[in-house]
Amino acid sequence: MATIRLAVNGKSYTVDADPQTSLLSVLREQLDLTGSKYGCGEGQCGACTVLIDGKAQRSCVTKVGAVAQRQITTIEGLANGEHLHPVQEAFLDAGAMQCGYCTSGMIMSAVALLKRNPAPKESEIIDFMDGNICRCGTYPRIVAAIQKAATATSAAKGAGR
Amino acid sequence: MSEMTQAQVPLEPERYELTAAPPYRLDLDRREFFKFLGAGILLVSVLTPAVAAQESGGARQRRGDSLPREIDAWLHIGENGKVTVYTGKVEMGQNIRTSLSQAVAEELHVPIEKIEMVMGDTQLTPFDMGTFGSRTTPTMNLQLRKVAAAACDVLIGLAAAQWKVDRQRLVAADGKVTDPQTKRSLEYAQLTKGTQLTASLPAEDPLIPATKWEVVGQSTPKVDGREFVTGRHRYPSDQKLPDMLYGKVLRPPSFGATLVSLDSQKAEQMGATVVHDGNFVGVAAASSELAAVAVGTIHAEWKSEPQPSSKELFDYLRKNTVEGKDPTGDGDRYEVGTVDQALGSADHRLQQTYTVSYIAHVPLEPRAALAKWDRDNLTVWTGTQRPFGVRGQLAEAFRIPEDRVRVLMPDTGSGYGGKHTGETAIEAARLARAAKRPVRVMWTREEEFTWAYFRPAGVIDVTGGVRSDGTITGWEFHNYNSGSAGIRTYYEIPNQRIVFHGTNSPLRQGSYRALAATANHFARESHMDELAHAVKMDPLEFRLKNLKDERLRAVFEAAAKQFEWGKSKTAGRGFGMGGGYEKLGNIATFAEVNVDRKSGDVKVVRVVSAFECGAIVNPDNLRNQIEGSNVQGLGGALFEAIEFDNGKILNGRMSEYRVPRFSDVPVLETVLLDRKDLPSAGAGECPMVGLAPAIANAIFDATGVRLRSLPLVPEGLKMS
Repeated sequence: MATIRLAVNGKSYTVDADPQTSLLSVLREQLDLTGSKYGCGEGQCGACTVLIDGKAQRSCVTKVGAVAQRQITTIEGLANGEHLHPVQEAFLDAGAMQCGYCTSGMIMSAVALLKRNPAPKESEIIDFMDGNICRCGTYPRIVAAIQKAATATSAAKGAGR
Repeated sequence: MSEMTQAQVPLEPERYELTAAPPYRLDLDRREFFKFLGAGILLVSVLTPAVAAQESGGARQRRGDSLPREIDAWLHIGENGKVTVYTGKVEMGQNIRTSLSQAVAEELHVPIEKIEMVMGDTQLTPFDMGTFGSRTTPTMNLQLRKVAAAACDVLIGLAAAQWKVDRQRLVAADGKVTDPQTKRSLEYAQLTKGTQLTASLPAEDPLIPATKWEVVGQSTPKVDGREFVTGRHRYPSDQKLPDMLYGKVLRPPSFGATLVSLDSQKAEQMGATVVHDGNFVGVAAASSELAAVAVGTIHAEWKSEPQPSSKELFDYLRKNTVEGKDPTGDGDRYEVGTVDQALGSADHRLQQTYTVSYIAHVPLEPRAALAKWDRDNLTVWTGTQRPFGVRGQLAEAFRIPEDRVRVLMPDTGSGYGGKHTGETAIEAARLARAAKRPVRVMWTREEEFTWAYFRPAGVIDVTGGVRSDGTITGWEFHNYNSGSAGIRTYYEIPNQRIVFHGTNSPLRQGSYRALAATANHFARESHMDELAHAVKMDPLEFRLKNLKDERLRAVFEAAAKQFEWGKSKTAGRGFGMGGGYEKLGNIATFAEVNVDRKSGDVKVVRVVSAFECGAIVNPDNLRNQIEGSNVQGLGGALFEAIEFDNGKILNGRMSEYRVPRFSDVPVLETVLLDRKDLPSAGAGECPMVGLAPAIANAIFDATGVRLRSLPLVPEGLKMS
């Protein structure tokens, strides 16, 4: 056991955990941030995706000891109060879910993608998102949602200039 | 099959339903229930006996005439105007929380935001057999429309009495009753104020016809979508209680293994609660990590029996039939005309065997349950399609009456027919009993792959006889093990013999989205293609020549038109179709594949589905279900198969069992046929059944290679 300082969604936390413990179980069990989901435990499905310093990472295979002091963003930290992130809005607009269990991970991956590539082509979206599984099969809707979010973000930026 | 006969087809008893003990159907004490609800109007929906028999598990589970009344829904309008609807159905991604809300909003004339659905809580909702078989839309949606219409009548009656006017002149809209002559209006909440009124559903309520729907029939977005995009929704695996422990079960090395010896000293020294009860060994600890470590320290010796492997599966199924031991007790054989004579004298006679593998549901949320004991009362939150069935399993496991068990089903991370059973509920409850604290058990992916149940594998022998002009004269169809859903043919064939043979399945098997209809449609629609080629007819023309059913013809024709059937194709491309009738829906699926002859790579590039399930309740959600059926269906069609040997699953991890991903998805085009003159039916299953044969037929069209086993190309197409 060790005392580990975590920076999650702009807040800092101190947790007692074995540094080898997965970030996912610490988020879910100690910080009660249950939006990140367990799906496979081996980084194959993306349901546990969070942002570490802005990059998408699978929290089920990330050791909590390795991310001390790094900026962690989970699905709970994406909206600004009641104001949803454009990717969240786009998922709602596109009806891009059924059971919703993959949705957090899909949204976090999509946010990371758009950070890196604000106007991805369809093939780039598919390549980037291929590590995220939606068993309900809403993939085409998720692609459409990401395209919507990209358009909305660039429009908002355009208007702001 | 005519429209009449489609409507008259009885609900097929679920062959592979893992049945719980016969449930006691407790008639909820309405007075007590009212206390819980507070003042307002309570509407009670009483099922007609025919529906009750089906929804509560079929006549065979009835026990004499001691049944209490069959209540299937409650609706309460509170003093604050809030409408609460209680149904035993559960939400796992089909979006019925939304579609059922639409039904109530329509008939009650109330904004959808005012409606709250309480679902799948055995203490608050009426008994429901479970959420499967695409039954929610044809039964519960209709029932809730009736109950809402009756509630609206009551409200209008109250207003009429208060204003002392003829009720005929009053109008209900937007949560208010209005008198157009005096322009007076009262909110529903004002009408219910202070009253405690109970009304039962009249036998027949005039409902709003589909042509006049304003809310039903619209693409209402998921009512609680915001909860999901923000991560706020608490799935069963997210449930928590103060003082809760994390449970973990020690798994045997193979199926059916029995425990010989056990040393759990180290786990106990770590402070974990250890339970050893027969073959059940589990621990409860302060974190999931600790529970996993504690289980890892347990030394156990198990005794295993030799078991068959997936390599010998199809032989095994043929040789291990259990004729006459069918658990459903219904007819396993359908015979009409003189089959042997017809097949013997046919111009072309074709006999082929088709097989399907076991596949796993892989719900993205594995099984999970949180259990809490309060003296002898047990409460369990769990992801299951059968909360009442799981209640029965818990009562049986702990030998307590069902009224001491409450099962709640928070909206769950999918099921696809895979969550009918209560394993985690029992495990969590057993551990919680010993630990004297609430315990949550969540299966790992490997546990879900191994200790749940599978879609049945099967062997199907088909013999078809056809005249040179393309008329099918004889049809013999034997299905070993996969099941009898969709086993009957909808083509007009005068001589048929159709038989289901149950077997001693080497793996635990159960329901799966569309059940055996996927296997039976695959065999039938592949064989139809083979017969068409035998008589050198276009496969579409051949089907339509032998098909009278207007609804099925309509979807084939609509899909063909959208697909542009008959258009020319480039090298490596192939076109194929499959379709049929299942769970009150009609589907035709046309697929275009591209086969890379060098690499053997098969890519499904385009899928066109035409679907008709009566009057459409929510077009966008319907499209979502059809798209999802096709995407999920791709896995079973192309590459999903459980491999096993000697009681062990060999590919029970996400990295070893391939499921469809973004890059597998073809262009999906969906044509919806909206039949406002027909009752609405469900759509979660039927759209899946046409895909596998459409792809197999397209691969044949592209290459001349006929594939007769699902999955079709787990390792690509071998062209030699």
